[in-house]
Amino acid sequence: MSVIEVEGLRKSFGEVVALDGVDLEVAEGTVFGLLGPNGAGKTTTVRILTTLLHPDAGLARVAGYDVVREAEALRHVIGLAGQAAAIDPNLTGRENLEMVGRLYHLSPTEARRRAGEVLERFDLAEAADRPARTYSGGMRRRLDLGASLVGRPRVLFLDEPTTGLDPRSRLELWDVIRELVREGTTLLLTTQYLEEADRLADVIAVVDRGRVIARGTADELKARVGGEVLAVRVSDRSRVPEAAGAILGLGPGGGKVDNNTGEITIPVGGDGTRLLVEAVRRLDAEGIELADISLRRPTLDDVFLALTGHAAEEAPTPPNGTRRRRRSP
Amino acid sequence: MSVARTPLAERVRWAIHDGFVLTRRNLIRYRRIPTLLVFSTVQPVMFVLLFRYVFGGAITDLPPGAEAYVNFLMPGIFVQTAIFGATQTGIGLAEDLTSGIIDRFRSLPTARSAVLAGRTTADLLRNLFVVLLMTGVGYLVGFRFQEGPILAALAIGLAVLVGFAFSWVSATIGLAIGELESVQAASFVWIFPLTFASSAFVPIEGMPWWLQAFARNNPVTIWANTMRAFTLGETYVRAIGETMGGLVLRSGLWIAAILAAAVPLAIRIYRRT
Ligand SMILES: Nc1ncnc2c1ncn2[C@@H]1O[C@H](COP(=O)(O)OP(=O)(O)OP(=O)(O)O)[C@@H](O)[C@H]1O
Ligand SMILES: [Mg+2]
Repeated sequence: MSVIEVEGLRKSFGEVVALDGVDLEVAEGTVFGLLGPNGAGKTTTVRILTTLLHPDAGLARVAGYDVVREAEALRHVIGLAGQAAAIDPNLTGRENLEMVGRLYHLSPTEARRRAGEVLERFDLAEAADRPARTYSGGMRRRLDLGASLVGRPRVLFLDEPTTGLDPRSRLELWDVIRELVREGTTLLLTTQYLEEADRLADVIAVVDRGRVIARGTADELKARVGGEVLAVRVSDRSRVPEAAGAILGLGPGGGKVDNNTGEITIPVGGDGTRLLVEAVRRLDAEGIELADISLRRPTLDDVFLALTGHAAEEAPTPPNGTRRRRRSP
Repeated sequence: MSVARTPLAERVRWAIHDGFVLTRRNLIRYRRIPTLLVFSTVQPVMFVLLFRYVFGGAITDLPPGAEAYVNFLMPGIFVQTAIFGATQTGIGLAEDLTSGIIDRFRSLPTARSAVLAGRTTADLLRNLFVVLLMTGVGYLVGFRFQEGPILAALAIGLAVLVGFAFSWVSATIGLAIGELESVQAASFVWIFPLTFASSAFVPIEGMPWWLQAFARNNPVTIWANTMRAFTLGETYVRAIGETMGGLVLRSGLWIAAILAAAVPLAIRIYRRT
């Protein structure tokens, strides 16, 4: 059964078209990853689905409720952790969570109980009674995510939940998210990291410039990139075209030269090691000196390259520029 | 049977509940950062002392009933303190908008009115505290309520009501501008002419005719005079050619008019943001 159904969603801000006809479907109890570069329309989608923004056109239902006409009922069953941590720095962690519980219309005792649970789960019990203003960035982020869970939402929206977290906190958060999903929560999360979508999401939709340009499991998407990517840089920039000519034909699906950095990238499928050796051999034969050669996991950029033929560019206007700045403490 | 009635009653109950939760949240801020409260009292205290001792001696010719300048001054200070205090409402809302916490509130099944109601109520309570403190300071420098505790309470109540009305004006400005520093700057553009070009600190008769025309119709003048009617009594009211009933009526009408304009406007802008 679909918990989130979105059809032809459009939204413009003046001249800027943020969403240009988005369709999504998310099955109950699954994790859906919205993957895209800055300005793709991820936050706009989340804001519409959580009733913060009205769409210009299109239909969206969450948990059976129309996000515009039945917004009030919908708010009882969703949780949101937006892109900027939305906590009150003057309240303690516990007070923040209890307040959110009360605003979900829980009884004072129930709100207190759940605040305690969330503090435990997010490893904040020790700092619970300190004003949140004394928290580190990662702790604030965890508190913010915790606040989105106090209401035990059926559908949870997390907008770039791990941006600004150190690798360890990121891993811990992934664990918490997996646990929630095991308990039956449906989750829509946005991210700029392919790896994150890969680790967490059952289904991924890649968005670019307000449109879904691909969807599928992480494996399906990676298959389109072709597994790993071989990245080559040569010492002498003037010989880049020559080098490209020698090795671009290696992989199953072509490759690309980045004119700014001079880096040549080639999707290599599962055959990375052999092709790496082959590339070294060919360049050596041409007498081209290597600065760097490596095999790496495909990044969002590689997916974009494979899907669209262009790199994941920034939108013309810096998206959420102010928000981003505000978040840094 | 009660299907049609219950939802409304429920809604009102939850709206009050949510407004209370958010009022509490806003008040905790003052407990956590006591300096905020200190600074919102330092300025009015300074005004009391400066006006009382710097200008006090130079201002003569006060209307009968208000011969002691401090008795003339304090009602003006109450109004001014309440209006200055009200600017905090817009600043607080602008802070909440920028921090993103309002987005969280709006994604919760919380009454739409609660964010604004919680903020204005908290600011009303803070204003009450500051005005009471000003009364204490006033007593230290010679101010006395002349007309007994009931009228004294009415005077303080009027100041707090004026502050509440301006909280909504300030909320409108805060929500419309949304950017913290601009809200702060914008507040002082209207607040200084409004409070100073009035009878709050000096009798308006000494002002040039064009300023008098403004000051005479400035609601701050009417509120300050009404408060003096409560603190100084009939002698003063007659001396300025007014009646108690007329002053109270005009004071009430002004407050009602400001609320009637600012509340719907603030709510409209809040829904839009
Ligand atoms: N309130 C707004 N006013 C004007 N333009 C906006 C507004 N919100 C978003 N936009 C524009 O809409 C587009 C999509 O923005 P959105 O925030 O949805 O992107 P995003 O995918 O979340 O990006 P990021 O990864 O940077 O968070 C951007 O071009 C952005 O500039
Ligand atoms: Mg975003």
